[in-house]
Amino acid sequence: MSDATLTALPKTEQPHPGAPDNWKRFFTFSTDHKVIGIQYIVTAFFFFLIGGLLAMVMRGELITPAADLVDRTVYNGLFTMHGTIMLFMWTFPFLNGLANYLVPLMIGARDMAFPKLNAVAFWMVPVFGVILMASFLVPGGPSQSGWWAYPPVSLQNPTGNLINGQLLWLVAVALSGISSILGAVNIVTTIVRMRALGLGWFRMPVFVWAVMSAQIIQLFGLPALTAGAVMLLFDLAVGTSFFNPAGGGDPVLYQHFFWFYSHPAVYVIILPIFGVFSEVFPVHARKPLFGYPFVAVSSLVITGLSGVVWVHHMFASGTPDWMRMLFMFSTMLISVPTGVKVFAWVATVWGGKIQLTTPMLFALGGLVMFLFAGVTGIMLASAPFDIHVNNTYFVVGHFHYVIYGAAVMGAYAAIYHWFPKMTGHMYYEGLGKLHFALTFIGANLNFFPMHPLGLQGMPRRVASYDPEFAFWNVIASIGGFILGLSTLPFILNILSSWVQGKKAPNNPWRAIGLEWLVSSPPPHENFAEIPVVVSGPYGYGSNEPLVELAESKAAE
Amino acid sequence: MFGFVVFLLSETVIFLSFFVGYIVFKTSATDWLPPGVEGLEVRSPAIATAILVSSSFVITIAERYLHRENLWGFRSFWLLTMVMGSTFLYAQAMEWLSLPFGFTAGTFGGTFYLLTGFHGLHVLAGIVMQGVMLGRSFIPNNYAGGEHGVASTSLFWHFVDVIWIVLFALIYLWQ
Ligand code: HEM
Ligand SMILES: [Cu+2]
Repeated sequence: MSDATLTALPKTEQPHPGAPDNWKRFFTFSTDHKVIGIQYIVTAFFFFLIGGLLAMVMRGELITPAADLVDRTVYNGLFTMHGTIMLFMWTFPFLNGLANYLVPLMIGARDMAFPKLNAVAFWMVPVFGVILMASFLVPGGPSQSGWWAYPPVSLQNPTGNLINGQLLWLVAVALSGISSILGAVNIVTTIVRMRALGLGWFRMPVFVWAVMSAQIIQLFGLPALTAGAVMLLFDLAVGTSFFNPAGGGDPVLYQHFFWFYSHPAVYVIILPIFGVFSEVFPVHARKPLFGYPFVAVSSLVITGLSGVVWVHHMFASGTPDWMRMLFMFSTMLISVPTGVKVFAWVATVWGGKIQLTTPMLFALGGLVMFLFAGVTGIMLASAPFDIHVNNTYFVVGHFHYVIYGAAVMGAYAAIYHWFPKMTGHMYYEGLGKLHFALTFIGANLNFFPMHPLGLQGMPRRVASYDPEFAFWNVIASIGGFILGLSTLPFILNILSSWVQGKKAPNNPWRAIGLEWLVSSPPPHENFAEIPVVVSGPYGYGSNEPLVELAESKAAE
Repeated sequence: MFGFVVFLLSETVIFLSFFVGYIVFKTSATDWLPPGVEGLEVRSPAIATAILVSSSFVITIAERYLHRENLWGFRSFWLLTMVMGSTFLYAQAMEWLSLPFGFTAGTFGGTFYLLTGFHGLHVLAGIVMQGVMLGRSFIPNNYAGGEHGVASTSLFWHFVDVIWIVLFALIYLWQ
């Protein structure tokens, strides 16, 4: 290895005081990446439940054609807050937590590059969470302009108060942007500078590649959203007219700022989940990841392409035809590196010794739903079709297949897979399988009907609808409630096994990877001695001695 | 240092977004300048620009002295940088006070104050960082630990300068 790796040697910092197995640590300003990781994950799930409750109210409303449960304005507030909470308070914090917990372990580092900055970035999450939640209490209620907050709708301020739901929303989103940028600086620096000796780029687990690619998007995309949010904030609060057509401003410019980030944001969500799939499949199918270097590099390719597709969200905003063609093409191009990954997973699982553990079930279920989302995604990428179904339930169905089917299921796969490592306890397999069954059935019942509804022309963001749409809506609502219910066995499982579950071995899945070399849960300094990496990450089946080596190491 | 560079790349995108906004507004505006405003005075901003840009050279000289372990040389040129930065800020404040339009004067007023204000905040942050480094240089034996911070501060200062050159060209030269 070159001098570059030598300089990349992790700095030997003093271990952090206080043990992470003492629960009180989780409520303090800790700089241990493992504590921060779990702080992020638990906070994210707290908001996941709130976002889910709002979704239950929406599905309750939609079970009948009339707007009888909540009125129109409340419904607007519900879907806005549901979308915002799910994206800014659930997915990003969850994925940051996972990256925080796993990346230093996977690359053989003692901590992140900037532990204090890490803690600061985390503690901003509850702060903007509270700001966002406060908007339920201010006069006029929460923002009603949807999670994308397009002006001029988002510039309306019927109550006339300076402190209103939209203002709080913008402050929260801008803060969330800053927190995520700080997190991204930290994660990218850690991956580039702190890898253990011998851990060349092509010995890095795909999860690390994927996280790095996703965080690069955060670095270059988020500033645009933050800039847009700040300008909108000024428009709303002090009367500038950046995006206010009445004052000569340009509302479409806001859409560009917004989507320049928010389309790539989809990859910020999905890339780490692809990373999870790439870790879970090989272990639970006992086969090396098929085409590892291609899977690894395809993440970066997706990152690159994701920066040039945003206009596909604006096909219906009076975009010139040549632009439509260009962005339609670039959008379709993304399906190539994505297809590489999907192909690799299928080839990995194919003919493997599949163990249907809970993480494997969730990963398989997530893959199936992602494939379905991919098909509808390609349909939507074609401008003529998009103009037809734009703003119908077809779109809602598509993105929930991505975001619930792939991302939430992948997140569950990750939790079950690394739960023994994080807590030192095994989860209950039976409850895990029940959780999976309810989730898979509920998600498909909930989100599949949205496609026929969209094709029939049911618009999105409506509290009431034409009775002809009733049939599929009832089914969707039943699915939604099953989905709501599915979180109960999950919470029960996590809490009870965390407290009294069977003691987990250091390497319960017989997996390869630095994180499995340390005890469960890992000690403070992660590695008593920084490991020297001598081989690639996926030697399953073909190279079982490696697994045994890992096991004997872990047993030491 | 690597982390700081990554951070600055991200900051660049924020500035770029504001620049793009400025260009879009300017090229699509029907009436760009607020009523009664003929144009911006260029002379004193140009002088301020010259001061800010030369401070980039001064800070490099300060760094050189540090490398040669000449602490007093470092301190004096470092302080000179801070004075030049403050002069720039003062000039900008004076300009703001003299202008007949405000933040809400159409897209021009908005982008003008947003860009210069956001940049001014960065100049201020740079001066604060420089102050911290200067203070640190008086702590005995902390000199080596300060070097890293000195390099980052200096890099930040060059960054702020380059941004200003673009900004000056956009706002004052392209009227
Ligand atoms: C129990 C599961 C869920 C149910 C029942 C559900 C239901 C809904 C419904 C009914 C809407 C309104 C659609 C419209 O009228 O346009 C919606 C919107 C949305 N949902 Fe979900 N959802 C669920 C989970 C999620 C998750 C996990 C995420 C993201 C991580 C998410 C993100 C969104 C977003 C971004 C919107 C758009 C909000 C807007 O238009 O401003 N949802 N969801
Ligand atoms: Cu998109």
